[in-house]
Amino acid sequence: MKKRVFLSASALAVMALSSAAVLAQDNQFKIGLILPMTGQQASTGRQIEAAAKLYMAQHGDMVAGKKIVLIVKDDTSVPDVTKRLAQELIVNDKVNALAGFGITPSAFATAPLATQSKTPMVVMAAATSSITQASPYIVRTSFTLPQASVSMADWAASKGGMKKVVTLVSDYGPGIDAEKFFKERFTFDGGAIVESLRVPMRNPDFAPFLQKVRDANPDGLFVFVPSGAGAAVMKQFLERGMDKAGIKLIGTGDITDDDQLNDMGDGAIGVVTAHHYSAAHPSAMNKKFVEAFKKANKGMRPNFMAVGGYDGMHVIYEALKASKGQGGGDALLAAMKGQVFESPRGPMFIDAQTRDVVQNIYLRKVQKQGGELQNVEFDVIKDVKDPGKAK
Amino acid sequence: MLTILFDGIAYGMLLFILAVGLAVTMGLMNFINLAHGAFAMVGGYITVLLMQRFDVPFLLCLPVAFVGVALLGAVLERTLYRPMYSKPHLDQVLFSIGLTFMAVASMDYFMSSSQQIIQLPEWLKGRTEIGSGHWMLGMGHYRLFIIAVCAALTVGLQYVLAKTRFGSRLRASVDDQRVAAGLGINVNVVFLSTFAVGSGLAGLGGALGTEVLGLDPSFPLKFMIYFLIVVAVGGTSSITGPLLAALLLGIADVAGKYYIPTFGAFIVYGLMIVILIWRPQGLFVRKGGKA
Repeated sequence: MKKRVFLSASALAVMALSSAAVLAQDNQFKIGLILPMTGQQASTGRQIEAAAKLYMAQHGDMVAGKKIVLIVKDDTSVPDVTKRLAQELIVNDKVNALAGFGITPSAFATAPLATQSKTPMVVMAAATSSITQASPYIVRTSFTLPQASVSMADWAASKGGMKKVVTLVSDYGPGIDAEKFFKERFTFDGGAIVESLRVPMRNPDFAPFLQKVRDANPDGLFVFVPSGAGAAVMKQFLERGMDKAGIKLIGTGDITDDDQLNDMGDGAIGVVTAHHYSAAHPSAMNKKFVEAFKKANKGMRPNFMAVGGYDGMHVIYEALKASKGQGGGDALLAAMKGQVFESPRGPMFIDAQTRDVVQNIYLRKVQKQGGELQNVEFDVIKDVKDPGKAK
Repeated sequence: MLTILFDGIAYGMLLFILAVGLAVTMGLMNFINLAHGAFAMVGGYITVLLMQRFDVPFLLCLPVAFVGVALLGAVLERTLYRPMYSKPHLDQVLFSIGLTFMAVASMDYFMSSSQQIIQLPEWLKGRTEIGSGHWMLGMGHYRLFIIAVCAALTVGLQYVLAKTRFGSRLRASVDDQRVAAGLGINVNVVFLSTFAVGSGLAGLGGALGTEVLGLDPSFPLKFMIYFLIVVAVGGTSSITGPLLAALLLGIADVAGKYYIPTFGAFIVYGLMIVILIWRPQGLFVRKGGKA
């Protein structure tokens, strides 16, 4: 395998020497988009790919005299595969930028390659705080879990009027991130965490955990689970009559993922979450975005993954414009840092120091609007920096 | 506390329905079918499709899932499984695990990999609570429904196996195929129908379990371990063995996750190891029967 990569790499190197090849390369700007298109996280990949294509359809594929070429690869959420694909994209296809990255381990696996090849790497989904520290070439356009968890904790302790909260998270990186930052901030705000439950990833039944929560009788239950499992938690939460026992369900926006929210049923109404994007965000730009996205994708509703992909493309386009199509990875990266723009999610900017996204975190309540369940925003915390970087 | 017991019983009953087909094929027909979970998954997807796309009521979906998966089981038995009966166990295992992976990949392709959600009818959604304080018993109506359905099925199965002519034919065919065939029993038909019913039960279990266990293409792999534990602990020679094993596992799993959440996921495995050291043949095994 390695041999083959090496052989084709050297073959390409020889080809690159001929001037014709150089010319052809010169007029193209290639973006290697690595996403999970199959497997557990496939919905992430579908959303981001659709959003990236939409961005290109809306903004054309000629930027600063270069033709944008999007190369989509499926890594099936296996970090080893992500790394191999990234290597092939850098060496064989000579991509000018890498993008995508559905899960945290995939982003970490690719980070050293971005550093070595000086290729900007735009993380459009993975949300563990420390990712941007893995390589100076990483720029993130999604969000970080601490951003959402800390905002949720602040709201719960103040306007939410909660004193005792139980946390329930999936037992893996992002879950532990969410638990840690929620706990720290909520106790700092004077609240008490009665119990912290970690559910194994392969958990067939939430019943015993939720029963435990019910018996602890807190004011609120903070939940982070990967988006698919959110619906199951919510159902069993209701089945157990926990809403009637006065326990409020709160969490990061993952549990009321726009992609699935409408199938969750009316039981979801009233759930409060903190997140950076809702398809119901009331801005002209977002209305246009949602409409165009639905039209291009058979009515599929864009979720927070889609907006990460859309803004990721925007960051790349703008960087290319600013560097006038000249210069390599470093010039692009410099032009990405500090970008300020309006996204469908609202205003956002790329922090020049951390290369991480700074954005508004909205508090939303699930409500019925025009016959559909939506995350309706009712409060906002402005310009939230990633709390994971503060220390 | 009673609530935990109740949840455990419901969970155990569900496991039993899912695994009983495997106990039958493994114990009675001496065939190791690791693709059993795939049949359960198909049952789940039949329900999801019918409910989401065609608005079929939930109660009607259950028999459809049973019959649909039973038919699929019958077809596969005739075409794929029968030639495997005489092969060594390793071949059977490799064959059926291959089938499982194919099922997982094709569901992934056709149905997408996300969790499927169904909406239960209103009357199954509620919850009844009796008593108060430490002895409060809270019963979700859906779990009550699962227990009722599974109990009825268990009684029915036990009756068919122990009391009817078909049951005695099946037991005869299992004990000695050649003699049974010599006595005029059509062994092929007996095996075919047994396999079909076993698969159908898995399908029904998958349909019932969609709400509680969740449904995505990795379902057969996620639950394969649980099925195998039920069969290994319960022994494969009767219906009561797997039933009691499933109940024990269900209660232990739920209670373990409730009382010691940090170790919750391991309780089941610990229990299995202890039981198998104590009784390597499984808890309930017929002396002198074919293992």
